[in-house]
Amino acid sequence: MADQEYKPSHSPDPTEPADPDAARPPATPGTGADRTSDAVETVYDASTGAAAEDRVAVASQFQLMWWRFRRHRLAMFGGIVILLFYSVVVFADFLAYASPQASEAERSLMPPQRVYLFDDGSFSPHVFGLDSRRNPQTFQREYFANPDDKIELSFFAEGFEYNLFGFIPTNRHLIGTKDREIGESVFLLGTDVQGRDMWSRLMYATRISLTIGLVAVIVSIALGVVMGGLSGFYGGWVDMVVQRMMELLYSIPTIPLWMGLAAAVPDHWSILRIYFAITVIIALIGWTELARVVRGRLLALREEDFVMAANLAGASQFRVIFVHLVPLVLSHIIAAVSLALPAMIVAETSLSFLGLGLRPPAVSWGVLLQGAQNIQAVALTPWLLLPAIPVIVVILAFSFLGDGLRDAADPYGM
Amino acid sequence: MSANQQITTPPGDTRVIGDTILEVNSLKKFFPIKKGFLRREVGQVRAVDDVTFRVRSGETLSLVGESGCGKTTTSRCILRAMKPSSGEMLFHQKDGRVIDLAKANRSQLRPVRREMQMIFQDPFSSLNPRMTLLDIIGEPLLVNGIGNRREREDRAAELLKLVGLRPEFLSRFPHAFSGGQRQRVGIARALALNPRLIVADEPVSALDVSVQAQILNLLMRLQNEFGLTYLFVAHDLSVVKHISDRVAVMYVGQLVEFAETDALFHHPKHPYTSSLMAAIPAPDPRKRGIRARLKGEVANPAAPPSGCYFHPRCPHAKDICKQESPIFEEVEPGHFVRCHRARELKLTGVPELDNSGAVSASDS
Repeated sequence: MADQEYKPSHSPDPTEPADPDAARPPATPGTGADRTSDAVETVYDASTGAAAEDRVAVASQFQLMWWRFRRHRLAMFGGIVILLFYSVVVFADFLAYASPQASEAERSLMPPQRVYLFDDGSFSPHVFGLDSRRNPQTFQREYFANPDDKIELSFFAEGFEYNLFGFIPTNRHLIGTKDREIGESVFLLGTDVQGRDMWSRLMYATRISLTIGLVAVIVSIALGVVMGGLSGFYGGWVDMVVQRMMELLYSIPTIPLWMGLAAAVPDHWSILRIYFAITVIIALIGWTELARVVRGRLLALREEDFVMAANLAGASQFRVIFVHLVPLVLSHIIAAVSLALPAMIVAETSLSFLGLGLRPPAVSWGVLLQGAQNIQAVALTPWLLLPAIPVIVVILAFSFLGDGLRDAADPYGM
Repeated sequence: MSANQQITTPPGDTRVIGDTILEVNSLKKFFPIKKGFLRREVGQVRAVDDVTFRVRSGETLSLVGESGCGKTTTSRCILRAMKPSSGEMLFHQKDGRVIDLAKANRSQLRPVRREMQMIFQDPFSSLNPRMTLLDIIGEPLLVNGIGNRREREDRAAELLKLVGLRPEFLSRFPHAFSGGQRQRVGIARALALNPRLIVADEPVSALDVSVQAQILNLLMRLQNEFGLTYLFVAHDLSVVKHISDRVAVMYVGQLVEFAETDALFHHPKHPYTSSLMAAIPAPDPRKRGIRARLKGEVANPAAPPSGCYFHPRCPHAKDICKQESPIFEEVEPGHFVRCHRARELKLTGVPELDNSGAVSASDS
């Protein structure tokens, strides 16, 4: 009666998969071996598919993630945009052609120059020199292109000295002029109120805006993973202490803290250093969100049977954490980074705009936008608002990228 | 407990039931119930409450009972995935030494772990999705420092063949496999260290019925080949009847009956066992009769009833059952029961005739 459940597997019923093993293997070894090879065939047949499936079967999780990510067009696009932005960070000195601090009252608030690529049908990029005149009615300085004053542009030209990658001294820049001081003649994106070249300033601002938060992000991610990991893996009183600590930190309001810290750091520090110190301090209290996620994941994961299997096999705790658990949380960490980075960038931009973050003479997107803080900028000098465009583009790109990463992070959910 | 007697085994069974491999004496595992901000202990859940049994090498011993009766907790204590509250678990090692698993610390347990492995219920949770089969099956070898990379690969390939999978699968990830195939991988991992005792916690209950049969047959074949001892935790009585030599029935953390499979299924001596037998679905419509349904709910292990834990649901309960807690005694050779009226009651089990017919049919 009880055994009848197993009858299908022993009877030659064509609708049932052939049973690989007899109930008790037959005593004669010959038949036993035959049965075993049969079994291998049967089980294999059930799982083989096309070659494409084979490729999926042996793919590591990162390969699966990459395949899935590649199918997410918007995320790929976002990723490429972000790569471009970070290449500006690396090559800011090369892309800029003038010193970001070189000011000249004579050149204040110049509009962007038009670049001509051809001259009489042949390729010869050039701009025209600008003559200035004060408008007698408005007392505003007005600029006119002088068609007789052709300034030829050349690529990979020599300019001011800088260190490529921080240690290769060079003076090559993307563009230069043939026979003139470029800082006094070319203004691709116009100039600000103090006559500083916006294009060059934007390059340096990109460098600072995109990197100053990085260390803070790394600090907060590392803290989040470690604290969340401890809390989730060990549970008990460790969890209790970490949880209460997180609740305490979570209750501290950020902006007043930011203002207090800005006043509290030593005043002989440079502006960049002050800001950096503040971001790191903010990071020291900003790890709680990721810690919560990591804790939750680990609490769930440590109950999984494969963790117990590893323990029963005699694996050390170190192995269980770093070989079994951390790789499974990695996807969450990637997603968290893709959210934390744009948050840092927006924080820098908005705080600097309000005058709480970076301040001149430091150059950042927020500082540049500070120059467009009035109605005059919007009405008369709209090019001062240009730094808002990279902010929007890079944040959008991060969002697309993060979206794709989150989807790809779980390749088994296809 | 009686001496080791030879069990009548079906034809084709070449096993030798040997000496005791594991003695569990008065095993207890209580979980504290904590309340309030200060986490004061306000009570205990008696998950495993004074369990005593012996496992003989080469046999299949099943631990059955309703959900929450403590059978899984018992198996986890034996594997020392949990520390028992009290009691002894004497494990007889290959070299003849006896170690008390209950008191052993991490470093003392390490060598014993090689001899004791586990097969899990859920084939999806038991394999790390990030690891290839080679990493999964090779892990016990790696962490125990056995062999170099090449040797581990050979051993893992051999183990895959043994469980009916192709050795080429070594580089694949678990996501490429079905539930039954994953369970085979789990079995291969359990065999990697050549263990003597395998604790199987509901190894087939997550699988389709047709796949269940394949896995059970595989387990039995491996037992024959390697002289494995199984401690089988299950709630499906038809599966248990098919594979076990002896069966232990648990109720609210206690063993209520422990006997050889046939004796327990055909002549149960505890009213609870008898009611479990009545609940086995009969695949024959003519045999459909009146079921002796159990009334009431399973007792709460945090506040068990007085006397015999089963008395509120027992159709045969008398006054003594409410007052005195029965002892676990041997009423017939090899047949242990925890019931005041075990000797007087005539209880019905599974009809005998049907069984012998089914077994001979499937083995011919």
